[in-house]
Amino acid sequence: MYRLPLGQWVSQGVDWLLNHYGPGFDAFSGTAGMVIQGLRSVLTASPWWLIVLVIAILAWRSGGRKLTFGSILGLLLIYDLRLWSAFIDTLVLVLISAFVSIIIGIPLGILAAHGKYLRRVILPVLDIMQTMPSFVYLIPALMFFGLGTVPAVFATVVFAMPPVIRLTDLGIRQVPVDLVEVGEAFGSTPGQMLWKIELPLALPTIMAGVNQTMMLSLSMVVIAAMIGAGGFGQGVLSGISQMDIGKGFENGLAVVILAMILDRVTQGLTRTERR
Amino acid sequence: MSENLEVKLEVKELVKVFGSQPGKAIAMLEQGVSQERILGATGQTVAVNDVSFSVRNGEIFVLMGLSGSGKSTILRCINRLIEPTSGRIVVDGKDITFLPRRELRSVRQKQLGMVFQQFALLPQRTVLQNTVYGLEVRGVGKDDREKKARKTLNLVGLSGWENSYPDNLSGGMKQRVGLARALTNDPAILLMDEAFSALDPLIRQEMQDELLALQRHLNKTIVFITHDLQEALKLGDRIAFVREGTLVQVGTPREVIENPADDYVKRFIHAIVGEKGGATHVSLAVRPVG
Ligand SMILES: Nc1ncnc2c1ncn2[C@@H]1O[C@H](COP(=O)(O)OP(=O)(O)OP(=O)(O)O)[C@@H](O)[C@H]1O
Ligand SMILES: [Mg+2]
Repeated sequence: MYRLPLGQWVSQGVDWLLNHYGPGFDAFSGTAGMVIQGLRSVLTASPWWLIVLVIAILAWRSGGRKLTFGSILGLLLIYDLRLWSAFIDTLVLVLISAFVSIIIGIPLGILAAHGKYLRRVILPVLDIMQTMPSFVYLIPALMFFGLGTVPAVFATVVFAMPPVIRLTDLGIRQVPVDLVEVGEAFGSTPGQMLWKIELPLALPTIMAGVNQTMMLSLSMVVIAAMIGAGGFGQGVLSGISQMDIGKGFENGLAVVILAMILDRVTQGLTRTERR
Repeated sequence: MSENLEVKLEVKELVKVFGSQPGKAIAMLEQGVSQERILGATGQTVAVNDVSFSVRNGEIFVLMGLSGSGKSTILRCINRLIEPTSGRIVVDGKDITFLPRRELRSVRQKQLGMVFQQFALLPQRTVLQNTVYGLEVRGVGKDDREKKARKTLNLVGLSGWENSYPDNLSGGMKQRVGLARALTNDPAILLMDEAFSALDPLIRQEMQDELLALQRHLNKTIVFITHDLQEALKLGDRIAFVREGTLVQVGTPREVIENPADDYVKRFIHAIVGEKGGATHVSLAVRPVG
């Protein structure tokens, strides 16, 4: 009986890409790797207490006393558990992934909000990105970018970017009609409309998307570690392979601490920006 | 000045059909089919049906009518927030009906101001930042535009509130900002869609008085929508009654009260004076001419 050679097509497509653009991917992977490595070296070279201090200040500005206190305590625990370098690795992965998601996701969200047809294309693709098991796109990620943080960022972005796109789209479409009319009635150009009316009003919603993106990227740390991203995921993985429940728990807890800090800080920053 | 030059704004044979096949609806309109039947047969809403009027320089022209009669649609066709299906919009002698986007923007920036029913202030901007919006869009420098904005804020009695946020203002104050925002651009024509309808009765009267006071030395050409006849009589130099997308009567407050064209107009008048003999009583509320 005939069988649709779907898998064959996909692997042929990937091969074709590799044959034609292989050097391009290598070059990209190289530069991206250098940028990531650069950020990591800076953070590694900084004294740990300085990083705690910076995060504490952010926490103070966005959430107040309780958040500051909790963040310091959590970070001290991570330091005490000898997980500081894993903390830096994971932090870098999350920040870079969030950055890439924002850089790509916000423009896509804006396009989706303005074009009915484009939205019809983008939204199903987002569904696929979020439901396709991540292991499936790990394979091409490895083929394109080799082992390390770059494919990990790629896989994380694929999984974590959709909320930024969705919520940017939503945020812009939710701008009240009469405020859009104000923009129109006063003769704004489309660019002014976007920068002066739509984006400022959509900002809280967009920030909610960024927040979700960070949370989703944290849920990818174990998978990211499987392709060489290091960090807490690495600790969890070796905990599994060594049947070391203690180690697994410590790393897992560290992920939770980082998640809580990032969550509260991004939420708080959105709120303060509104006023 | 000749009579002709004094006309600031002309709306000619304006038709607006909402829906995907306006051509069908227009063909049926021409055969005299009613709007209701057209909606039933084709799903096209005829919101404005052959409306013509002209507004003179310095005149307050009021559009009156029940909810859904098409007032907002007419107003939004004037600055083309809604594109007319057919007909012409002439501003200051210039037909803007088919003006390309760029030139339309310039007309909106310089000649057509708008004030909104729900104020429509940008919540993340201060009163001053809201007020400068039009000039900001036009690319006027910061110092210049803020100087002008402070002046109009002073004019509407909001000096000292420049740095407050809209959320912290009362409805009346919000609409003062809305008015200041429109006036800062110094447009010759102001479009006001139920600008005072969202306000408490007392504040509303205060705003009406203030608009009249401002108008005495600003001398704008104003198209004002309301469904409150009291307001129409108080503000309007002329009042146009809109019913199902057509104008059933256009006249001065006195003409309208003394000679209502049909039952629709009569109903509005009776609603405020009672069934019998209120004409003289009402005319007291009418602004003396000149
Ligand atoms: N965007 C639109 N799409 C379809 N129909 C519309 C649209 N806007 C208005 N209409 C219809 O056109 C008609 C006139 O509406 P319009 O808003 O001009 O009335 P109005 O006189 O301003 O009423 P109100 O006093 O309630 O503001 C109504 O039947 C309305 O349902
Ligand atoms: Mg209306």
